[in-house]
Amino acid sequence: MRHHRPRITRALPLSPAVVLLLLFLAGPIAYCVYIAFTDLQLTGQAHASFVGFANFRHAFQDAEFRNAVWLTLVFTVLSSLIGQNTLGLALAALMKRASKPVRTLTGGVVITAWVLPEVVAGFLLYAFFRREGTLNALLEWLHLPRQNWLFTLPVLAVSFANVWRGTAFSMLVYSAALDEIPSEITEAAEVDGAGGWRRMWHITLPMIRRSIGTNLMLNTLQTLSVFGLIWVMTRGGPGNKSQTLPLFMYEQAFQNSMIGYATAVALLLLLVGSLFSVVYLRLLRTEV
Amino acid sequence: MPVRPTAALSALLTAALAATALTACGSGSGTSPNTLKVSYKQSTDNSVKVMDTYLAGIKKEFEKKYPGKKVEFVPVKAPDSEYYTKVQQMLRSPRTAPDLVYEDTFLINSDITSGYLKPLDPYLAKWPDWGQFIDTAKAAARGQDGKTYGVPDGTDTRGLWFDKRVFRKAGLPLNWQPKNWDDVLAAARTIKQKVPGVTPLNVYTGKQAGERATMQGFEMLLYGTGDGTSDPLYDTTTKKWITAGQGFTDALKFVETVYKEKLGPDVSDALDPNFATTVMGELLPQSKIGIDLDGSWLPQTWLPGSGHEWPDWSQQLGLAYMPTQHGQAPGKVSMSGGWTWAVPAKAGHPDLAFDFIKTMQTEANAKKWYIADSGISVRKDVAADPSYATAQPGIKFFTDLVATTHYRPAYPAYPKVSTAIQEAMESVTTGDASAEKAVGTYDSALKDVTGGQVVQK
Repeated sequence: MRHHRPRITRALPLSPAVVLLLLFLAGPIAYCVYIAFTDLQLTGQAHASFVGFANFRHAFQDAEFRNAVWLTLVFTVLSSLIGQNTLGLALAALMKRASKPVRTLTGGVVITAWVLPEVVAGFLLYAFFRREGTLNALLEWLHLPRQNWLFTLPVLAVSFANVWRGTAFSMLVYSAALDEIPSEITEAAEVDGAGGWRRMWHITLPMIRRSIGTNLMLNTLQTLSVFGLIWVMTRGGPGNKSQTLPLFMYEQAFQNSMIGYATAVALLLLLVGSLFSVVYLRLLRTEV
Repeated sequence: MPVRPTAALSALLTAALAATALTACGSGSGTSPNTLKVSYKQSTDNSVKVMDTYLAGIKKEFEKKYPGKKVEFVPVKAPDSEYYTKVQQMLRSPRTAPDLVYEDTFLINSDITSGYLKPLDPYLAKWPDWGQFIDTAKAAARGQDGKTYGVPDGTDTRGLWFDKRVFRKAGLPLNWQPKNWDDVLAAARTIKQKVPGVTPLNVYTGKQAGERATMQGFEMLLYGTGDGTSDPLYDTTTKKWITAGQGFTDALKFVETVYKEKLGPDVSDALDPNFATTVMGELLPQSKIGIDLDGSWLPQTWLPGSGHEWPDWSQQLGLAYMPTQHGQAPGKVSMSGGWTWAVPAKAGHPDLAFDFIKTMQTEANAKKWYIADSGISVRKDVAADPSYATAQPGIKFFTDLVATTHYRPAYPAYPKVSTAIQEAMESVTTGDASAEKAVGTYDSALKDVTGGQVVQK
């Protein structure tokens, strides 16, 4: 008993925070879960009713939903797993060896892309990829064929945009991680005759595995929820060719007014996100 | 007693959060019984203050006419689709519902079905000015229950804009007026042949263009098929949506022809979400489009201060009405939308709200509004007024179309039906599907989005 009292008093100051968290974080989530099982509409309906799993069944039968899931996976793998992650690591590794001015300049450019608001970044890349845009001007100069990238390869274009915008985060994470590696170990390996690639593969990567896991998880979750960038560049088009789950949700909720259905889709997106997270968490646990 | 900085910080944070929570719960309630809350759509362009200025004037007049009453504006600054969403959320609760709200006819029926709005019939019956409103405009704000839920403050119409500079080069007449669809296509083919580098005919298409594709594009064709009077999309007697018939297929075939024969814009441009802005701001002023199937509001884009001023557009552009398919009666087609003032079901002061509408809709104030907004009048007295008709070139042309215009069946399922139409258009535009195949896809989508409420005609 005597041991419990101080613990309760010490927990007391936390209680407002807990109440607020429950109210503003858990509350809306619980409400969302409830809505996902109703046919609630924003407009066009007098009363909403409980429909059980109908929204989820509808989603799996809906070709547009399956298309959005597929595109979301493509977008995430291309831009987050491969793009942001690898490029971020490469930049961090290269910058470690670069001279200070080069490091400052590169870091500055990459981070500028990151701090730009999503919508601004979207417009910049729209201007880059559009038919009269910078990329085509470059290609013409090189005597290569030009095309409307946003029309012919929309997923690739928005993935590139996400890599462009999000690489800075990985770069910062990996820069910090690389700085943590004691120089004695690298030097010892060098003395033993290990080349650059071998050192990377056998020393650097194993030592920063933890950071790789964290970085992959954060990047993936962020990429799964990218909306503004794609909305500005292609609005999910042409047709539905770059309509990822957040855009699909937006269309269902605010253009078709189907709040219930859109919320069910949001829960499914949450599920995809948590699946990725579980995989990364497992990765973290076993590697450490 | 010294306070640890962290404790002070968390206490402050808690207090701030609690305060936000409390005010969030409390806002909106408890306004004075003498305050009228009016919600309207504020332009997202800061240089456009037409509505704000007009309403400020009405407020002054209203407060003078009803001593002791105050008008409080609740402007919503958002593009159309976000404005609808915001308003619908406000209308759900008596705490947030304003007393008067600006409603697009596109969604008014949805909001009526949701029970968000109050029928205005008792007020309208006692209001002599209501007789000045034309019937089609009255119908646009009428619910499926036959009651009227809004007072329209204008409309828009649509037609063919053509570039006289291009027509001169192509050897086409400058007083051009096609009699049927074939005439339109023939002119476009002539332009393609004789004026290279110019898009002969722009018809908005595809999902990225949204309602613009449905209304300026497809429906301008579809409503010109059949007998020209009955609605080709919705059957009011059975209250069901009509599956695609011959007219629907023909309209799709027109779109198919435009893009297949490369009479329209490059497909990748047409499907660019920002294409409309390019058309209005660049392509038309630069004489890069021969014929543009578009709305009455285009001159707004070319006003001083817009960034692409074009003061003498009326010398360079001509106007022709869109003909029916084979020239059948009434010979021309137009689609109309527009906005209405409506009273929310949960409004605190509906009587006062209607008094405000009456103040806005005195003949003088209505005229002031139409001229400021370059809108098309739905009031007979204003339409007949010479100072309105000459306020801007083109106004007379577009106002005359009101007599034969069509309003969309803007019932709750309409936005989804519209999306299905855009998808059908897009598949024939890209060549992914023939018109016949796209019709089949449309029919099954229609059944899906209307909950099977379809009928074949």
